[in-house]
Parts: sequence; C-alpha cells; structure tokens
Amino acid sequence: MATLDIKNMKVVYEHPKALINMNSHYCPGCTHGTAHRLVAEVIDEMGLSDTTIGVASVGCSVFTYNYFDFDFVEAPHGRAPAMATGVKRVRPDRIVFTYQGDGDMISIGTGEIIAAAGRGENITVIFINNANYGMTGGQMAPTSLPGMITTSSPHGRDVEKMGYPIRASELLATLDGASYIVRRSLHNAKNIRMAKKAIRMAFESQVRGLGFSMVELLSTCPTNWHLSPIDASNWLEEKMVPYYPIGNYKVHPVLNEIKI
Amino acid sequence: MTREFWKGNDAFAEAAVRAGLQAYFGYPITPQTEALEYMSHRMPELGRPFLQAESELGAINMVYGAACTGARVMTSTSSPGTSLMMEGLSYIAGTEVPMVLVDVVRGGPGLGNIAPSQQDYNQMVHGGGHGDYHPIVLAPASVQETVDIVYNMFDIAEKYLTIGVVMIDGSIGQMMEPAEMPPMLEVRKEIPDWAVRGGKGKDRRVLTSIYLAPEDMEKTNLRMMKRWQQIEKNEIRYKEYFMDGAEIAVIGYGSAGRVALSAVRAARGRGVPVGLVRPISLSPFPKQLVREVAEQVDSILVVEMNSGMMLEDVLSSVQGRTHVEFYGRMGGIIPFPNEILKEIERISEGTQKDAGHPRDLWLERMDSIVQ
Amino acid sequence: MPLEGTIIVDENLCKACELCIEACPQHVIALNNEKITPRGFHPAYLAEDGCTGCGICALVCPEAAITVYREKPVKK
Repeated sequence: MATLDIKNMKVVYEHPKALINMNSHYCPGCTHGTAHRLVAEVIDEMGLSDTTIGVASVGCSVFTYNYFDFDFVEAPHGRAPAMATGVKRVRPDRIVFTYQGDGDMISIGTGEIIAAAGRGENITVIFINNANYGMTGGQMAPTSLPGMITTSSPHGRDVEKMGYPIRASELLATLDGASYIVRRSLHNAKNIRMAKKAIRMAFESQVRGLGFSMVELLSTCPTNWHLSPIDASNWLEEKMVPYYPIGNYKVHPVLNEIKI
Repeated sequence: MTREFWKGNDAFAEAAVRAGLQAYFGYPITPQTEALEYMSHRMPELGRPFLQAESELGAINMVYGAACTGARVMTSTSSPGTSLMMEGLSYIAGTEVPMVLVDVVRGGPGLGNIAPSQQDYNQMVHGGGHGDYHPIVLAPASVQETVDIVYNMFDIAEKYLTIGVVMIDGSIGQMMEPAEMPPMLEVRKEIPDWAVRGGKGKDRRVLTSIYLAPEDMEKTNLRMMKRWQQIEKNEIRYKEYFMDGAEIAVIGYGSAGRVALSAVRAARGRGVPVGLVRPISLSPFPKQLVREVAEQVDSILVVEMNSGMMLEDVLSSVQGRTHVEFYGRMGGIIPFPNEILKEIERISEGTQKDAGHPRDLWLERMDSIVQ
Repeated sequence: MPLEGTIIVDENLCKACELCIEACPQHVIALNNEKITPRGFHPAYLAEDGCTGCGICALVCPEAAITVYREKPVKK
C-alpha cells in the first residue's frame, strides 16, 4: 500500500471536540454512538459548548453525560422535559436539550413530553427510537412494532392485547407549541447526513426562540434485536421505516428560510 | 413593617418571594392552591419565572432542574401531591442540591378530603422518597411563624445542600391572621460553584444522583449522614409553655400544639400542673428535650391530628422513663381545646397507667368519643 | 483520477461493528484479524489501496473512531 503523508493532507473528518474521546459503554454498532456524534458535531459547528446544558434520561443513554464535554444534569425516568423546563426557565440564555429513548419519552414520560411540547417550551429533544427497552434487556416499548418479539412479548406484540405502537412525531406535531418536529433515521450514510441537518435545524430553532423542537431518530439495537449491526440497519430500513415514515411533521416557517 | 391580615397560603408565598425566590413551579391542589395563584401574578410582576406544571410530577422535576442551576426555587403542594413528589425529592436529595417544599397537609389517606390533618408526618419525617436521607422538616403553628420559617428556609437548605420542608396543617394555609412580612431581599446574582451554568473541560459540571459502584454510593450516603449529624446539632427548634413545675407534659406540633396550648392554659387555671412542649423541628426531632421532659414529669400526653406518628418518636426518646398517653383526631378533624382538657384532667386524676400501647388505649377510648 | 485519501482508525474506540466496511464505496476497509484491541475487538483498518477520502466510513461510525484525510488538490 502506498504510504501517504497525512501531514500534507486535508482533514476531511475528525473526532468532534464536544465529544469526549473515550470508549463508550454502548454496544458495537449501536446508533446511540452515531446520534451522540452528530449532536457533538452540531454543538461544535454552532459554537455552543460553553452555553449548553444537557439533560440526560434513563435508558442505555443514562451515562450520556460522560461522553459530552459540557454541563449535564440527570433526570428521573421520563422527567427530562420537565427538568429541562426548570433549567431553561431560570437560564433562558442557555441552550438546553434532552436526550431520551422511547421508553423514557413516550411511555413513562408521556405526560412530561406532551406538556413541554404543548407549552412550546424552548428546548430541543433528541428522541432515540429503537423499538425496545434496551437498558433493561429488550422489553416491549410503546414503539415496538406489531408482531415484534421482545422479552415481554415473547409471542410477538399482539395488538389486541398490547395495543398499537405510538408515533411520537405525528402526535407531538399536532401541538401548536411545537416548532420543529421531524423524523430521520440512522441506518445508512445518506440518512445519517439528513439526520445531522435536522439536528442542526432543531438547535437553530432553539437559538431563535421559536418553541419546542424534536428530532426523532430511528435507531438500531443490535443486541436486543439479536442481529449484527449491518443486519440491524437493514431491518430498520425494511421494517421500521414503513411504520415510522421519515419526514417533516412540523416546520416553523422561519426555519424554511434557513439554509444549512 | 406593618402588620397586615394575611391568609396562610398567600403569606408563605410572599415570604418566599421576599427571601429572593428565583422560580416557582407548582400545581393546583386544595388546600394550598391560593399559593400557586398568588405566585402566578406576583412572580411575573417581579420578572421571575412562574409555571403551572402538568402535574406535581412535572413540578418537582422542574424544581430539580432549576435547583441544579443554583437558583433559589420552591414548590408547594398537599398530601396526595406530596406523595407524587417523592420520587423527585429522592433524586434532589441524592444529587445534593437545595430546594424548599411547603406541604399543606389535608385528610386521607388516598383522595381523603380537603380538611386539615397531620397525616404527612411519617411520609415527610420518616419517609421522603426512597433512600438514606432526611429532609429538614419544620412545623409552624401560625401564619407569622410560617412566614418566618419559610423566609429562613432557603438559607438553611443552601447551607446544608438539602431539602427544606415547611409542613403546615391545612388550617394554617387557609386561615387569616395578622402577620408582619420580612424585608425584601434582592435576588442573588452569583451562581454557587457546584451549579451547572454552561462549561466545558475542567469547568464542566455534571449533577447526577447515580453512583453505579456501591463503594461510591456508600461514600455519598456517608457524606450525607455526616451532614445530617451537623443538622441534628444545629437545627433543633421548639417552644415550651408552662413547663415550670409541670407534672404532666402535653406534646403537640402545629395546630394540634396550638389547640393544646388553650387546653393547657385552662388546666393551669384549674390548678393542674401541666405544661406544653411544641416541637417546631420534627426532623431533626428534639430527642434530648423529650428525654429531659420525661425525666421531669409523671405523664406525657401526645396530641396529634393523625393516628400517632410523632408519638413513636416521643416513645423512642422517652424509652420508658415516664408514662405516655395519646390523643388524636384523624380524617381532617381538629380537636377542640375541651377534648384535650378532658384528657389532661383524666390523666391528672391518677391515670390507671394501663399496660398497653398508648395508641391501642386511645382507640378504645375513641369508641365512646366518635359514635 | 479521484484524489487519494486515507483513514486512521482509533483502536481504542473501534468496536468492530463493520458498519464502515459495509458503507465504504471502494470496499477498502476490513477488520484486522492480526490485531486485538485492549477491548477485545479486531479493529477496522484500511486494507487496500483505493481510498478516496470520501468520509462515508466516518459518517456511519458510531464511535467517531475514524479520522479521514484527503490529499490536497494540486493547483494547475
């Protein structure tokens, strides 16, 4: 192999500064890592690392605060939007975001997320939807698909008994207080690029004080889906995307003028 | 400052505002809703954040967030709402950030009613949420005392990085009495060193209650216990009335203690050597004082508006040194002075000093009192 | 001729998830079976010539383990 002199080469991509360079506890191929990376890149690009206060939630991402180089607080399960409200109301000059999984946000946290979005709370929510409860070993989540086998639906999700999945983006977009509600996916390069733009837009919405912003990120869970990371990405594309369409569910008109 | 006629709920809200309260998050629940409504116009008037949350669950978590930024923050609620806040209180305690809670106690358990009681004693003094921690719980007996205690509670909570609870019977929240407001303090501008404010690298701060390694959790628990020992040494508060030469001591807090004072006065008027001890700090409990009282008197009568919760703390401090009896009303009923006077007289006439737990003896007597 | 590129994979961070291998349009990344990282993984590495420095591997990497370089275009 020809050796190239990297000293004379352009750096096309390097580790984001807002992401602490350390080994994470996330499983190999878990897109939590990808989501963390994208948030860090946006924070770097917007120069927000000494103005941001993150609110960690409970799930696989409970230790989120170990991986970002800025201030963080830890919320009880489901309560991150309320905690973020408390922080933002006393420090409206800070950028405040929550990072929540599907169990945290749309099961135990349904009350808090709807209230925060309804109030038009000027915070940003990064919502990781991987259709199961990862941290506790793969139980059924409100976002688990019909027929999906999980550790608490061993014969597959029976919609007659266990109800239908909740589409959080569609639900929250009905609220007047919401300014930017979109769903993206992390299953391949093209979608990851789109996801990053959406995360950027969500933080731009907060900077402009437009109200509640959320990016739902369809994510993989190789371990609990019992699939390799590559197969998990394919499963996401084949099974989750049809049920949770990628798209924009609410976009404040001011945001349409911004070019990223 | 002039004395004005204040409703308890409005009074404690104004007292907090004057103490430099920086944010209020609450939820309507009888009998303290007036405080929420008062804050809804008073805080915006001063340009300070006010928010009615989606539930008590939301409110306590908003308080948690604001407390992490170092702001002086409080909420107020009543018994069923207090139960909902227990999770948040445990997290706030475990994160070691200060806050103030006013608990205006009503009848229960369950939905209960909106009349006053003291049913939250165990929940607040011996409970709180899960975990090895103790909030400071102070129990005033009048509107003025509530004002003074709430005004000082923020300093106390911040001094010890702990939860300061002002627990008032529903009656105190609802009644109107003359009270003098303390001076208006300026809202503090400096941020405590431990608070999150936006920082990176060495200036980064993370506030959490999670300590995954048991050794780390235990170190935190020990640190909190050492702080609790300081609180026990410094924050005991009580009032004594007519204890000189007393052979019977009535022990009651809040409205129960206040009503008992009328009974004690009447008894003294009839020559009965009785006095009153009114604990103000329930947590930390004035154990040493109760021990000394037990050494002085022949009998103690504990009066509460519950089934005998402080009674257990009294018994554990008395440790058999003297005879202890109990009188309580529950469900939202406040005892009248003559009920307590009857009990004092019964005891002074030479009680049989029956064997048996004071609560069981009381329940038997209640059969004839409550038809 | 596309510009030449190269990648350096931080072996402390790589978890051998193979997403970069799958995503690389030039198919030049592979797991290095001769090495085991301190965490017990065979790390990804640039196995063949042909990297164009497109950055797609870094885009899909959940660990931000990949630094991508591309030669600077020669001015004519």
